[in-house]
Amino acid sequence: MAVEFKKSGDTCQISITGEMTIHNAANTRQALLAALSGCREAEINLSQVSEIDTAGVQLLFMSKKQAALQGTVLRLVAHSRPVLDVIDAYNLASVFGDPLVLPARPNTCPDHVEMPA
Amino acid sequence: MNIDKALQTFIAEARGLLQDMESLLLQLEAEPSNTEVINALFRAAHTIKGSAGLFGLEAIVAFTHRVESVLDLIREGKIQISEELIGVLLQCRDHIDELVEVTAVEGGSLDESAQARGNELTLALNEYLQDAGAQAPAPAVPAEQHPAPAATDSPSRQTDAWHISLKFGPDLFRHGMDPLSFINYLSGLGEIVNLKTSFDAMPEPCDMDAESCYLAVDIEFRGNADKAAIENVFEFVRDDCEIRITPPTDHIAQYADRISNASGDPDLLGAILMEAGAVTPNELEQALKTQHAQDTDASAPGAEQSKPPLGQILVDQGAVPKEAVHAALEKQRQVREHKAQESAFVRVHAAKLDQLINLVGELVIAGASANLLAQQSGVGALQEATSAMARLVEEIREGALRLRMVEIGETFQRFPRVVRDVSRALDKAIELVITGAETELDKGMVEGLADPLMHLVRNAIDHGIEPAAERAARGKPARGRVSLHAYHDSGSIVIEVADDGGGLPKAALLAKARARGLVGAEQTPSDSELYQLIFEPGFSTAGAVTNLSGRGVGMDVVRRNVEALRGTVEVESAEGVGTTVRLRLPLTLAIIDGFLVGVARAAYVIPLDMVLECVELAAAERRSGYLNLRGEVLPLLHLRERFGLEGAAAGRRANVVVVQAGGQKAGLVVDELRGEFQTVIKPLGRLFQHLRGISGSTILGSGEVALILDVPALVQQAAQGAAPALRAAQSTAPELVH
Repeated sequence: MAVEFKKSGDTCQISITGEMTIHNAANTRQALLAALSGCREAEINLSQVSEIDTAGVQLLFMSKKQAALQGTVLRLVAHSRPVLDVIDAYNLASVFGDPLVLPARPNTCPDHVEMPA
Repeated sequence: MNIDKALQTFIAEARGLLQDMESLLLQLEAEPSNTEVINALFRAAHTIKGSAGLFGLEAIVAFTHRVESVLDLIREGKIQISEELIGVLLQCRDHIDELVEVTAVEGGSLDESAQARGNELTLALNEYLQDAGAQAPAPAVPAEQHPAPAATDSPSRQTDAWHISLKFGPDLFRHGMDPLSFINYLSGLGEIVNLKTSFDAMPEPCDMDAESCYLAVDIEFRGNADKAAIENVFEFVRDDCEIRITPPTDHIAQYADRISNASGDPDLLGAILMEAGAVTPNELEQALKTQHAQDTDASAPGAEQSKPPLGQILVDQGAVPKEAVHAALEKQRQVREHKAQESAFVRVHAAKLDQLINLVGELVIAGASANLLAQQSGVGALQEATSAMARLVEEIREGALRLRMVEIGETFQRFPRVVRDVSRALDKAIELVITGAETELDKGMVEGLADPLMHLVRNAIDHGIEPAAERAARGKPARGRVSLHAYHDSGSIVIEVADDGGGLPKAALLAKARARGLVGAEQTPSDSELYQLIFEPGFSTAGAVTNLSGRGVGMDVVRRNVEALRGTVEVESAEGVGTTVRLRLPLTLAIIDGFLVGVARAAYVIPLDMVLECVELAAAERRSGYLNLRGEVLPLLHLRERFGLEGAAAGRRANVVVVQAGGQKAGLVVDELRGEFQTVIKPLGRLFQHLRGISGSTILGSGEVALILDVPALVQQAAQGAAPALRAAQSTAPELVH
């Protein structure tokens, strides 16, 4: 697992690579909180997340919560397939409120795509 | 015929259930949407089938199974209730009844005609089953009106889905588990209609532990799994997790249904709920732990009352819907009541009871004898002792007779079915109103009454109630009304069979009576005399003979039966308004309070409840056939002449006992009045059965035999015998009034 952090203009670009599971949850939490601090606007790129479990989802929620607390605009972008599956299973799309780019999949309900407010 | 005890119990139970089925079917016809009734019917059939299976009565099992299947489809709403269906089911009930009587009671098999009937009914049932099977995919409602496929639409319709609420414990991840796998597994059991995730338990990000689980999930789930199966999904996380599984609303009704059928230990609420599947063993265990914990908490300060009820805990835990607990509590109450009833009644063989009554009868006679001897001895203390004993004997007598009393409702029970069948056969709409079903009468009388009542009810429907068109013309409601009413009236029980039909046609009765020579051409009988004519053998004014009545037999049989019970029949009728037939019967058959009189040297007993008063016979009236009682003219009957007695007239004067029977009064002339006397009625031997004026005999304290007078017959004779004299008297009545 690696959390990369890069600043381009006002927007912080955070990308997570590899597993996002209970095994590295503590480290991921620290890295995410560190990356988020001091950003006015941030994007977490999830395209390189190869595996995610409930603990990982919990961290995504935590990130959102932290962002809200410190007034950062946080978007989750470029969800990888495993991330989409978990968000789908927990029906969290509307909770996170980020646009999901869906690969063609017959069973997915269009309700899950919502425009950000 | 060798029937073991268990089979006896089955037969008794089956008869009871069949009786229930009949009234339930009739009720269902009146209120087709009453699901309670349908459920009760289903249960009755199911129980009969199950018990018959235990005894290997295959014929009953096979047939009842079909009936049960049809009832099941009715319950599911796949078969609509119709009059024909109720008719078929009533016949099925009769057939099961026959099967029980023939195969279980007699141990035989059905004769050919009964088998043919059974086969016909099976065919009829199969038709219903097939129709329902064909309809099943699109029940009742035409397809185009109801295009939406029920299974896939509307996640908003949440009532038919399970609600599963999961709150995972913080250590879940540390134990190597992930809620995702359970949710995936659950989706294999059925359809997850809706799922809502929340992290409400999560603290501020800086305080949060990434390895703790803060997740809570609410799931709407639809599937065939039962509660225990759903709970099993979460078996591994049970210790780390708060789980609430709430059944869909329609399951709640199912629980209630299952609970009322439950056979579990009725003393344990939890056992009932568990058997019905409303709670799982784990939930129950947890609730009991909670209860125990609260109990020990509460017991510390000595407040023993505060132990919380299990049902309340289960509801608070969300383990079980309130309705299910209510149903279970109701079930508990019913079972307890049932138990209480069981222990409050002792089943006694009727023969033993009869023997007791006989003994009490002997005791009464022996007591009278002791009383008599005591009086003759002149010893005061002995007299006192015997009179105390006499009082006790009287109480024992009354208590013993009460043992034989049964409610007349049992006899009335069969009539709703009779009225239904007969009114269908005649195509008349008729309602039956039963009142006073709790009125009690002697058990021995019940059997004797069944036939006369049946005649009267059929008569009322067939002759009494007019066809609908005629009723409409008279401005009456189209639905005819037949009522059965029972009540107690001064020492007798009165049963009325009334209808709101056309009444007795007086003109037709009179014409018929004249044609048959029962009434002279110039005579104009009174209304009540005219109505009495319908009790003459072969007397019928019905234009047409139907299957049911009109043959002119019946009413005379009714009267004979009722008189055999020492009762009377009277008729009240108003043309165009209705007819009431009133049966008046003594409360008991065995022992009466009598009034002892002496004629010549013999003793006679007059039933006390028919005695009005006693007066001295004035010398002027001694030879005339009537008595002037305060201006009222009564016919007199001299018992001495009536019974052809010889011997010296005992007293200087004669006495008159004024008696009343069937609304008519008469005076019986006797020599001596001896006072009240408890009378044990001994029937007359065969040889004397046709004796008029005597209804039985009894034994006096002295050992003498006294004959019991048949007052209604004597009063009638007196009235007839004195008729010419009375008319003469009435025409000169002004002179008679002193």
